[in-house]
Amino acid sequence: MKNAPIVGTSVPRMEGRDKVTGHAHYVDDMVLPGMLYGTTVRSRIARGKIERIAFGTGIDWNTFVIVGPRDIPGKNCIALIEDDQPCLADGMVNHPEEALLLLAHPDRHLVPKAVEAISVEYHPLPAIFTMEESEAQSQIIWGRDNTFKSYRIEKGDVDAVWQSADHIVEGEYTTGAQEQLYIENNGMIAAFDPHKGLTVWGSLQCPYYVHKALMKLLGLSADRVRVVQMETGGAFGGKEEYPSMIAAHAALLAMKAGKPVKIIYDRMEDMAATTKRHPSRTRHRTGVSKDGKILGGEIDFTLDGGAYKTLSPVVLSRGAIHAGGPYYWPSVQIRAKAVATNAPPHGAFRGFGAPQSLFALERHMDRIAQVVGLSPVEIRRRNLLKPGQTTTTGQTVEEQIDLGKLLDRALELSDYSAKKEQFAKANQQCARKKGMGIAAFLHGAGFTGSGERFLGSLVGVEASADGSLRILVSSTEFGQGTNTVLCQIAAEALGLRYLDMGIAQPDTDQVPNSGPTVASRTVMVVGKLVESAALGIKETLAASGMLGDSYSPEEFRSACLGYVRKHGKLRSLVQYQQPDDIVWDEEKYHGSAYAAFAWAVYIAEVSVDLTTYQVTVDDFVALQEIGRVLHPVLARGQIIGGVAQGIGFALYEKVIWEQGRMQNGQMTNYIMPTCADLPSIRVYFEELGNIHGAYGAKGIGELPMDGPAPAIVNAVEDALHVPFHAIPLLPEDIFAALSESAAPESAATSARGKE
Amino acid sequence: MTESPEARAKREISITVNGKPETVQVYAMERLLDVLRHELGLTGTKEGCGEGECGSCSVLIDGVLVNSCLIPVLQAQGAKIVTIEGLASNGHLQALQQCFLDCGGAQCGICTPGMILAAHHLLSNNPQPTLEEIREGLSGNLCRCTGYTQILEAVAEAARREAAT
Repeated sequence: MKNAPIVGTSVPRMEGRDKVTGHAHYVDDMVLPGMLYGTTVRSRIARGKIERIAFGTGIDWNTFVIVGPRDIPGKNCIALIEDDQPCLADGMVNHPEEALLLLAHPDRHLVPKAVEAISVEYHPLPAIFTMEESEAQSQIIWGRDNTFKSYRIEKGDVDAVWQSADHIVEGEYTTGAQEQLYIENNGMIAAFDPHKGLTVWGSLQCPYYVHKALMKLLGLSADRVRVVQMETGGAFGGKEEYPSMIAAHAALLAMKAGKPVKIIYDRMEDMAATTKRHPSRTRHRTGVSKDGKILGGEIDFTLDGGAYKTLSPVVLSRGAIHAGGPYYWPSVQIRAKAVATNAPPHGAFRGFGAPQSLFALERHMDRIAQVVGLSPVEIRRRNLLKPGQTTTTGQTVEEQIDLGKLLDRALELSDYSAKKEQFAKANQQCARKKGMGIAAFLHGAGFTGSGERFLGSLVGVEASADGSLRILVSSTEFGQGTNTVLCQIAAEALGLRYLDMGIAQPDTDQVPNSGPTVASRTVMVVGKLVESAALGIKETLAASGMLGDSYSPEEFRSACLGYVRKHGKLRSLVQYQQPDDIVWDEEKYHGSAYAAFAWAVYIAEVSVDLTTYQVTVDDFVALQEIGRVLHPVLARGQIIGGVAQGIGFALYEKVIWEQGRMQNGQMTNYIMPTCADLPSIRVYFEELGNIHGAYGAKGIGELPMDGPAPAIVNAVEDALHVPFHAIPLLPEDIFAALSESAAPESAATSARGKE
Repeated sequence: MTESPEARAKREISITVNGKPETVQVYAMERLLDVLRHELGLTGTKEGCGEGECGSCSVLIDGVLVNSCLIPVLQAQGAKIVTIEGLASNGHLQALQQCFLDCGGAQCGICTPGMILAAHHLLSNNPQPTLEEIREGLSGNLCRCTGYTQILEAVAEAARREAAT
């Protein structure tokens, strides 16, 4: 008998009960006997030499464990792409908030007082804080030319376009830093046992990133480092790379103290010292025919990487590949680079470069529409990719996606045309101006290019001694629903019930490396492997004669139990094999960048109050094609949450920098949306399936971050007839622009018709 | 070892938490949040910002919804406190908690205890709130995962289920 389907239904969140009762266990909820409280002494300047560190009076320093760079047994670095970021600054600091020293004490009340009693004398050196200063190379602060990485994507002959184009449209667009603002601050506990080695427990996304970093820093072998993920209270990319740093600090203290050490950041430390979304600048120069067809263009995409390389090359890569959006470019040249400044390193944040380059593109499309004399709808319709056409990297669109239809449906759902007309009339009499804005976009799921091949993710399913099944992955749950969806997939594959499945806590001693929990890859890539691994269990049982063709959950369990009793264990391990049709040329940046793209059209309806200059999003339609919806409640929750962060990115969240340091590192003055600020966010799905994903799923985690900002800023322009090229767009920016609007042509953007 | 000045200032405080009388030795100005978490082991109450912005540390003091990170414990002397651990009884979820599960109101879970207490407080005072009243009632609690919609739906659904019983 076929069981009722599990995939496609909204089963209860696997760890949900613990979360609604307060029993979910986060790192700060954990206490170990004899545990000390650790903290980090940080740089107060952006760049300079450390001359002297003085330990002040009034503190009994003998009762503190103090760790400096000399206490590092291995290499003083946080291993990632390149080993350029020190774990503790040694003689030289390159950004504010850089870690200098570590302290730990049994009395948590004394720790902040001790930090205050430490004074550091510096010999300051000139620092640079903008991409432009970095490019001008007035100071070389990293490598030979301040450039962490550059890429060039080339397709067709762009140079030939400028002659034949009827219009050449130029524009420059910028986006600011954005704080991930997970509500649970970062934290780690480390304990060292001279016989067994080191264990760290923490709030993190990628257990094996932390594992790798600790091995190198401490000179320990793989089997002497154990990393355990605790319940994690939000991440959004913000707990991708920085947890390795905190784990390193806790580990150094714990090894020196001979006792467990807990480090929990407070909000201000978390905001000022840890990573944020890369600020960006994108310059477009586009050749367009008089009927609105893109002929070709140049796109210069630049990211501010902060002081160390960290993940900037990969963020840059994704941003560059998404810079052409869901449109057909007969020719294009995308020049991308990430440059160094003396700010704390910028890092992973949902969307990973794509929200930046797509903001620029979708603003630019509206600009092109104006120059050509077409509507924002029509300019998009005429350029949307069609099956059989190629993306900027030369990847053929294989799936039968009809983006024109997707656009039409979004227009209908938002009542776009009628509202646009109605607002145009009403705005003439009203001090509250309303507008409609569109963004069309795509988001690639999984690691870029050959990334998944290099990761070679391993996934397991095993039967426990009692015959129950559990999934073994290092993929982490931090709200998105990893636990739930992977259990759905395994249960569906085996024809069992959802609650027959369990999932192991991510613990590098227990689970294989299924890759990092990033890049919208978990459901699509890891999910597919979970499906295979689950089927492997069934095949083993069938081959042993212990399981027939049809079985009840009880029969399956007793077959597992029987097998484990006879053979000791029952485990199925599966490794990722990249399909042959995914071919990527890393040198030329050409080929299949992603196994699958999710596609979307978002429409924002806004009003601008001309008394307060506040923009309010009144309605938001989010329509996307995501292959297959595996869990309707979770999928909708992902989209709404992403749109809310996108609204924050566009209208609220501004990092105030001074000398490379965040000045507003508090929830009081760094403003994220509350429930009173947000509209009803209406979510709609199309499902075309995906041969590369579990049960047809594509990745959706990052997608909803890409569209809201351009849709909203396009809507603000529609309301005010004044263009805006930078986000966040705050009331004071609108006030300033309207005050200057006597000059309708902004200096940042120009367009010319061909003579 | 140095004895901190605060250590000399420790004093005895009596509070009732989730119906259970408790006596603790604490610093007078210690935050109620820390006393709940460290002294009483009630770690369901979470710290998000430490300055009364995010509402993750929400608890009820004598029926009033407060941010426990802003309350010196001395101020809670003799008070009746309800935390998230005090809502489910004998392992049975409250309707509100069940609705958070059913509607997708909890994602990462860190704001959830505070959010549920704020919603519980709202529904205690206004069993059938409008959507706008729910928004108002929860606007002191920040959530970075959900975009709030499914939380608002969970609260509305809890009110509906309550009315139907």
